[in-house]
Amino acid sequence: MYSINKMIEHIDSPILTQPPSVLEINQLWAGYPDGVVLEDINLTLQPLDFVGIIGPNGGGKTTLLKTILGLLPPLRGEIRIMGQPVRVGRKQIGYVPQYVEFDRDFPITVWDVVRMGRVGQRGLLRRFSNADDDLVAEALRQVEMLPLRNRLIGELSGGQRQRVYIARALAVQPQILLLDEPTSSVDPQVKSNIYDLLQTLNERITLLLISHDVGTISSYVKTVGCLNRRLFYHGDELITADMLEEAYHCPIDLIAHGVPHRVLSHHQATTTTQG
Amino acid sequence: MDTLIELLQFEFMRNALLAALLVGLASGIIGVFVVIKRIVFISGGIAHTAYGGIGIAYFLGINPLIGAIVFSLFAAFGMGAVQRKTAERADTVIGAMWAIGMAIGIIFVDLTPGYKENLMSYLFGSILTVSNTNLWIMLALNLLILLLVSLFYKELLAISFDETFSTVQNVPVNAIYLILLTLIGFTVVMMMQVVGLIMVIALLTMPAAIAAQYARGLKQMMIWGTVLSVLFTVIGLFLSNYLNLTSGATIIIVAGAVYLVSLGIRPFFQRTSMVQVASESA
Repeated sequence: MYSINKMIEHIDSPILTQPPSVLEINQLWAGYPDGVVLEDINLTLQPLDFVGIIGPNGGGKTTLLKTILGLLPPLRGEIRIMGQPVRVGRKQIGYVPQYVEFDRDFPITVWDVVRMGRVGQRGLLRRFSNADDDLVAEALRQVEMLPLRNRLIGELSGGQRQRVYIARALAVQPQILLLDEPTSSVDPQVKSNIYDLLQTLNERITLLLISHDVGTISSYVKTVGCLNRRLFYHGDELITADMLEEAYHCPIDLIAHGVPHRVLSHHQATTTTQG
Repeated sequence: MDTLIELLQFEFMRNALLAALLVGLASGIIGVFVVIKRIVFISGGIAHTAYGGIGIAYFLGINPLIGAIVFSLFAAFGMGAVQRKTAERADTVIGAMWAIGMAIGIIFVDLTPGYKENLMSYLFGSILTVSNTNLWIMLALNLLILLLVSLFYKELLAISFDETFSTVQNVPVNAIYLILLTLIGFTVVMMMQVVGLIMVIALLTMPAAIAAQYARGLKQMMIWGTVLSVLFTVIGLFLSNYLNLTSGATIIIVAGAVYLVSLGIRPFFQRTSMVQVASESA
């Protein structure tokens, strides 16, 4: 009997040693004491995925984000990051927060902001090392902000600041970049620059992006899901007309929230040129 | 100049200058965190709650500074816990603790028989009566502040700048925040002797706020905050001596005047003009 078990273990082991999904959300229910916000969310991200989650305000985007980051415990279900529970695995997330109006007087240089990506990795009672500095420089180079490293963060434009926050997330050496409305407050030209940057980064890193910006997002990400209490996600490799149909068939009044008719035709145009 | 040197021959004057240095260092460093993390209100709460410790220490016949230190620790942990762990309205609870702490202090002073003149010195400051013992206590507190800030500098900076990001990186944000509140407690207790409990917050924040307008980093801000704090205290001290005014209030007026001027001339020294920002695309 024992040897048979051993054999079964052997047969199983190749499956067990397969690299875990970057992010795995299983039957997740989440919300607050006064009500459930997310129902039965399932989502799996494999390496080098670039997933965009769109949805209306109040659809649960922020709740999903908080749950993935371990800031809000799930009501049911579970999330694993690189096969680990959130509390451990979240150190592998490079988090890029939504642009918020911040204190322009906070006297801190670009370099020091990006180096904060190393604080958790370095650990308590340890000083930053040369290795940390190398990673900070590399992260700044990737977002083309290295020449501005001695600027104060308050001296930057909105787009530059967003690049700095992306660099801070890259300095973590993350397995996944998690971006919350990365272009909510920049002008269209800067917006497409940032999406170009994200596409370049996607050659080496998995991305999950959350946004209400239906228009831009779906022309850059590989797959798109629609979140409104439930997640409508098929994980198709390409954005197809069917995918968009699916996304817009969310039981929400997405049409009423944005300018979807224009956006939809714009997208169909994009997909046709791609196909 | 002669009178200056004459003044320095008095022990109380030398002690006052030493106190100005020690208080300036602590408030220069800690004031930076209070300003950038916007925790002025809770800092005021800790300072006022500490008065309860002063009253109890008087009643028990021990050094009021020790009582204030113990109470400020309770206040820091209590208010920090309320802010982080409960669903109560944190500012309401902190406001209540603020007043209860002071009330405890006043009642214990009532219960203490005898001469109470010294007690006023903690309310309005009395830099000229800082004792040798208290200078040693202040030196110890300063060393503790320097030690803890240098040990946890990168975490203190991280939670001040972006607490959510720090949490995701598994930085122990609550523990670091409690350490910060404790350090604020030590600092305000020291400052009480110089400008008094009522004006502590002004001297804690104004030097840092002036420095923030011109500094290019937190460490620069701390250095300038310390220099300004010492300058304000010393200038205020001498002015109060010549003009025969209350020292604590004079120090605050000096600091306040410089602060207002710095705000007024600020548009002319803006680090970056808006034109420059606008012309740079990402």
